[in-house]
Amino acid sequence: MRPDRIFRGLFVLYLLAFVLYLFAPLLIMGVAAFNTSRFPTVIPWQGTTLDWFSAMWADAAMWQALWTSAIVAVLVVLVALPVGTAAALVLTTLHARARSFAYAVMVSPLLTPGVVIGISTLILWRQAGVGGGIALIVVAQTTFIICYVMLMVMARLQRFDRTQEEAALGLGASKLMVFRRILLPFLRPALLASGGLAILQSVENYNTTLFVRGFETPLTVFIATKVRTGLTPAVNALALVIIAATVIGAVAYEVARRRQVTRQPRS
Amino acid sequence: MRDLYARFGGGLATIFLTLVLIWLAAMVLAPNLMMIDYALRPNLPPLQQGGPQDVRSLDNFLYLANEGVHRAIFLKTIWASALVAALTLVVCYPVAFWMAQRATPGQLSIALMLVIIPFFINEVLRTLAWFILLAYRGPLNAVLQGIGLIDAPVRWQGNGGVLAGMVYAYILFMLLPIYNAIESLDKSQLEAARDLGAGTIRTHRRVVIPHAKAGIATGCVFTFMLAAGSYVAPALLGSPGSRWFTEIIYNWFFEGGDWNRGAAYALTLLVLCLAVVLVTLRVFRVNLTDVAK
Repeated sequence: MRPDRIFRGLFVLYLLAFVLYLFAPLLIMGVAAFNTSRFPTVIPWQGTTLDWFSAMWADAAMWQALWTSAIVAVLVVLVALPVGTAAALVLTTLHARARSFAYAVMVSPLLTPGVVIGISTLILWRQAGVGGGIALIVVAQTTFIICYVMLMVMARLQRFDRTQEEAALGLGASKLMVFRRILLPFLRPALLASGGLAILQSVENYNTTLFVRGFETPLTVFIATKVRTGLTPAVNALALVIIAATVIGAVAYEVARRRQVTRQPRS
Repeated sequence: MRDLYARFGGGLATIFLTLVLIWLAAMVLAPNLMMIDYALRPNLPPLQQGGPQDVRSLDNFLYLANEGVHRAIFLKTIWASALVAALTLVVCYPVAFWMAQRATPGQLSIALMLVIIPFFINEVLRTLAWFILLAYRGPLNAVLQGIGLIDAPVRWQGNGGVLAGMVYAYILFMLLPIYNAIESLDKSQLEAARDLGAGTIRTHRRVVIPHAKAGIATGCVFTFMLAAGSYVAPALLGSPGSRWFTEIIYNWFFEGGDWNRGAAYALTLLVLCLAVVLVTLRVFRVNLTDVAK
């Protein structure tokens, strides 16, 4: 065999190992949800059961955690979408010099470690007598989620044709109407996408949330606490449900996006 | 600013500006300033706050510098985060190169999907997956014992576990920037290198890596930053002997009850991360605008 082919063979092996590395942990976690064993594992297999799913379903604390995460996510979207969009619009109308400075300031939360955002928010609001809780979780999370919204809206804005606005103004539309009827509809895909991303970021956040949660227990905190205090495959069952929901959501989003792309090929 | 008003009219422009200013002032600027203030003040009972002892000093930072255990953990967090970045780079580079230059369009879209799916999944869940995999009586030990590589189960939890979990968690942040960078490399350059007699390693060292420098720097910087600021992986995959700096910070807030020292520690972490990011970007001449993509 030529060394070239050996090298190629080794490389294919490497790629396979990489895929295995990506998915084996998730697969094991998912499969362990069906094992009777009290500690989540796949070896030894003690019997197949769906009991852990009902155990998870019957866990009131889990529902409470899910509820907390859902409320936080909704509030985060409600705050982050308008502010992020406003930031993108303000930034794109600034002149070059001011723009690069403002840009650096506005993406700085993305360069700040999550724990630091949580800590600084906690410290500031203690001065005002506000302790950790849902409100602070929302404030701390939106601080950096706004950045994501801003970046996605800006990316879309770059492809916006300003002559549309001018045409509408020329036809007698007010500036408010131009914004509502032309710019907003144009931004819709970016807003939907960043809304989805905001929910994902909010629900999955742990580092920031941990510091500002007060006595609340959002989903990630619930899971992490379970791991340390008494992990049963019920947590795996929950993980599997969350993974299924995320993957279905992501696929549905991708399908919708592709359909839209084929429907209006030029935009 | 004038453009904003000209484009959207007074009402809308004012709303936009107000929202942005509230965000920047109340959520970005003020918390950080307050954290700095906290870090400089001593931890006093409420009655003595504002009293003669409440003077600003660098004591909280000096405490970190002089307390042997904390200083060691801080330094360990730095080099371990650098190690995470280096390992992630080694794992990702070949895959990124393959995706950018060798894969057919069909293979590429499958590869992108395979790489992205795990990262839609919660970081806590991904860490939980590693927790289960690495458990003392878990699958990894069982498999390794089964094929006779080890005689007794290995306690993976600790430094090794944290490292494995972190590399796994940040693959995408390394892979995508490098992939983007290598993708823009013209195939003819690779062919030219080959025709001129360069071997695989030489081609990478002299052609691909210099071209992908910015992407590699971006990936490394982000991985380092995420690793240094991570709390989940060390908390779930670590052991008492492998504490991370973020865990020390957490303890000051919720166990030690000294928020001032905690603030000083958090500030140290922030300055470290920003310094690493800015210096690396400057050295590799990467623009901040390109990074955030």
